[in-house]
Amino acid sequence: MILIALIGILLAAGVLAWLSSRWSTELPRWISLIAAVLDLILAAGIWFGGGSSRSNMWFDEVNYNWIPGFGIHFHLAVDGLSLLMLLLTFFLGIMAVLASWTEIRERVGFFHFNLMWVLAGITGVFLALDLFLFYFAWELMLVPMYFLIVIWGHERRVYAAVKFFLFTQLSGLLMLIAILALYFIHHQATGVYTFAYSELLGTQLSPGTELWIMLGFFVAFAVKLPVVPLHTWLPDAHTEAPTAGSVILAGLLLKTGAYGLMRFVIPLFPHAAHEFTPVALVLAVIGIVYGAVMAFSQTDLKRLVAYTSVSHLGFVLLGIFSWNPLALQGAIMTMICHGLSTGGLFILVGGLQERIHTRDLDRMGGLWAVVPRLSGVALFFGLASLGLPGLGDFVGEFLVLLGAYRISVIITVVASLGVLASTFYALRMVQRAFQGPNTHGWQLSDLTPREGLMMALMIAGLLWLGFYPQPVLNTFSPVMDNLQRTAQVSTVARGDKR
Amino acid sequence: MSPADILALLPLILIGAGSVVVMFAIAFKRNHALAAGLTLVGLTFAFVSIYAVASMAPRQVMSVLLIDRYALFYMGLIIASGGAVAVLSYGYLQEHEGQHEELYLLLLLATLGCAVLVASSHFVTFLLGLEILSVSLYGMVAYLKDRKLALEAGIKYLILASASAAFLLFGTALIYAVAGTMEFSRLQEISLSRSESALLLAGIVLTITGIGFKLGVVPFHLWTPDVYEGAPAPVAGFVATTSKSAMVALLLRYFYLSGAIQYRAVFLVFAIIAIASMCAGNLLALQQTNVKRILAYSSIAHFGYVLVAFLAGATIAIEAVSFYLVAYTVTTLAAFGVVTVLSGADRDADDLEDYRGLFWRRPLMAGVFTAALLSLAGIPATMGFLGKFYVLAAGAAATAWLLIIVLVVTSVAGLFFYLRIVVALYSAPPEHAPIQMVSRGGVFILAVLTILLIWFGVYPAPLLNLVRATRADLTVASSLP
Repeated sequence: MILIALIGILLAAGVLAWLSSRWSTELPRWISLIAAVLDLILAAGIWFGGGSSRSNMWFDEVNYNWIPGFGIHFHLAVDGLSLLMLLLTFFLGIMAVLASWTEIRERVGFFHFNLMWVLAGITGVFLALDLFLFYFAWELMLVPMYFLIVIWGHERRVYAAVKFFLFTQLSGLLMLIAILALYFIHHQATGVYTFAYSELLGTQLSPGTELWIMLGFFVAFAVKLPVVPLHTWLPDAHTEAPTAGSVILAGLLLKTGAYGLMRFVIPLFPHAAHEFTPVALVLAVIGIVYGAVMAFSQTDLKRLVAYTSVSHLGFVLLGIFSWNPLALQGAIMTMICHGLSTGGLFILVGGLQERIHTRDLDRMGGLWAVVPRLSGVALFFGLASLGLPGLGDFVGEFLVLLGAYRISVIITVVASLGVLASTFYALRMVQRAFQGPNTHGWQLSDLTPREGLMMALMIAGLLWLGFYPQPVLNTFSPVMDNLQRTAQVSTVARGDKR
Repeated sequence: MSPADILALLPLILIGAGSVVVMFAIAFKRNHALAAGLTLVGLTFAFVSIYAVASMAPRQVMSVLLIDRYALFYMGLIIASGGAVAVLSYGYLQEHEGQHEELYLLLLLATLGCAVLVASSHFVTFLLGLEILSVSLYGMVAYLKDRKLALEAGIKYLILASASAAFLLFGTALIYAVAGTMEFSRLQEISLSRSESALLLAGIVLTITGIGFKLGVVPFHLWTPDVYEGAPAPVAGFVATTSKSAMVALLLRYFYLSGAIQYRAVFLVFAIIAIASMCAGNLLALQQTNVKRILAYSSIAHFGYVLVAFLAGATIAIEAVSFYLVAYTVTTLAAFGVVTVLSGADRDADDLEDYRGLFWRRPLMAGVFTAALLSLAGIPATMGFLGKFYVLAAGAAATAWLLIIVLVVTSVAGLFFYLRIVVALYSAPPEHAPIQMVSRGGVFILAVLTILLIWFGVYPAPLLNLVRATRADLTVASSLP
């Protein structure tokens, strides 16, 4: 039941926030904040309480008939992977509400309605264990996100929002076709119509079919992740979205792609995924290097941060397709830490834009003397982003590289170049924006207590993950073992064929 | 004709009686509310009678009409949508000068024509129903005779509909010449020589012309945007939903009962029509700024999707088509309903500019329109999504990969123009926005449609069960897999 509550609280809070905006512009903010905190507490409750007493791999599970005619169930379940993603979702949800506290002044009610509903959609994606339900949530989270960009975004918001929608919709429909193909093939083999994840897991597929269906799923997740030739929506959407939108896009929506790869692509199609490894690895390093180089050459601060996401998520793809425990642990660490560090950077950029009304690096400079606390925090997140040891991102990327080294030295070397490049873009960002002379004569106010609190929480999170990542890895380990078993099965099967 | 036969025809008789009563009422006293009220009463009786008749279905009445649950299901859809159009028309016509009452007469007759079509099992009733429908529509499309565009649309519809009916007649004649029967189900039984079967095929393809015209699929689609734009908004809604649904119901019965779908050539013709409609509909709409024209092109594309399901040709195909049509009818009526309600006396609210910032002026109206557009685009939590899902499932079950890939790619292009309207709805409102009167009946219909749209979009099980129960009759009769 607690899983339904997680989604229900967000949905209800969205409606309440919208309705309450008649009376006050502050009420929607508080309602949304309380809902997100409540969800975080519930999720943390599962984390602390559920770990010991569970009998199977799911901490908690609900399963109802939804559309019996098609064998569709309302099936939610949470395991280590989804739990970590949920914790990140609600934490960043709180940050998104706080980040919009002064930025969003118009249509506050409808804004928070969309914010809550996009979080609910993301929660649904992380919990769904019925492929139809998963697709349902997957598509549903787009609509509020689209509204967030198109109503509260910056100058080119309509272009960015439509591009974002079309990319994800097309790739999503390809996934729907793949889901349906799997559904009918499973029916042919067993005579049962079902979209249930657990039952579709062992479906026997011929190698050609498996590859095509896998590609259907992969495209949908690759667009979200994003993998490089399919990434072009990302810089636009991230740049044009309001701060809360950027935080959720970078921190959460991209993670749904990585989550989908781990939850669906590898377990459902282990052989095809294994065959696909070389392509995926090459795409991953292209993303790492391309993202870093592009980030280095941006003058729009927000666009710069957006491109760093392309680079970081390349590490996640690399980790997932390296097929060993170290790399997988690295991937999950990178997913979480990227959410925090990039989310922090987007909030800072948003705060800066609120103060100076520009995101152009050329118009900044010398801000350190004016806003020392803000600049110091920016340096911190910049360092986190470039992978400074002691901070979470380092753990993630280091583990990924360590794991990737076992399967391909060349790939690892190129990926390491990406880490090197990240030093350039992160330091360039800090230098151009905060150091040097204050040529434009900015006079600004420093971090407010609200901003300070947000930054402190995110910094604490990154330090914790950097020094003591073990709880996260422990939670993840049963899932990792399963993935590992799948990987071995597929290698064995491949060996047999030879 | 036994009393039981007459009882089986009760829905048709009641609609017909309704039109006679309305005609007399107009002759004695012209009163808009009275005419609209009588129309609704007639349609309500007809709707209720469906339940009474359902117990005796299936029943063949004189080899020309087959009253089975499939037919009754579609009659229900047609009568309900006819009623919705009647309520929308009332609010719409109130704002206009002139005589309003005859529209209801024509509306009842058109509904009767549709109801005959869905029960038709014979070319005679096919033609009869089609002509009742077409002739009424000529009048309805050109009803606001002080508008130039309406007259143009009416004439265009008249000429093209007559031409396509002529093709249809000729095709029927060819089929009769070869087969010696006009019953759909008997076509399957005859054995033919090579030359005869070529002639039969020619006849069948000619009848596709007549059907394709009513559906507005490529290459018979040229009238659609003009007629939608010229016709009064509620009438455009009727043309888009009721008349097309009836035609699709007939299409399924005709081609499945006669076995004509098994001809390679027929399949190919429909596949080409489907692909062309999906492409043309979605791509041509990209350049439009007139909301009614956008909806017209969108309906061209949607009937391309319906044909994809039709071509899948299994039991799931019938379910998919039926479900899709219900979803499409509800959605499209909601969209045209918004246009109707916002339209003023001098012109219809069909320019994209009319909708700029609507959300900040009339949030509920914009909410309904958003729901309808998202449903047309096939976004989850709306009926349109489940309809599209069903069509894709039917296509995947039949492994028609080319068709469903085309469907997916073109529907994403379609998403672009639906989003254009949505963007307009939520952008900043203009300085001097006109304030429209909104009719209470129209708002009621919109509320019902929106609730259906979302309710069945989230919990479709009851509708699915109904669709499955009603398709059984057609499946048994046509021995589909």
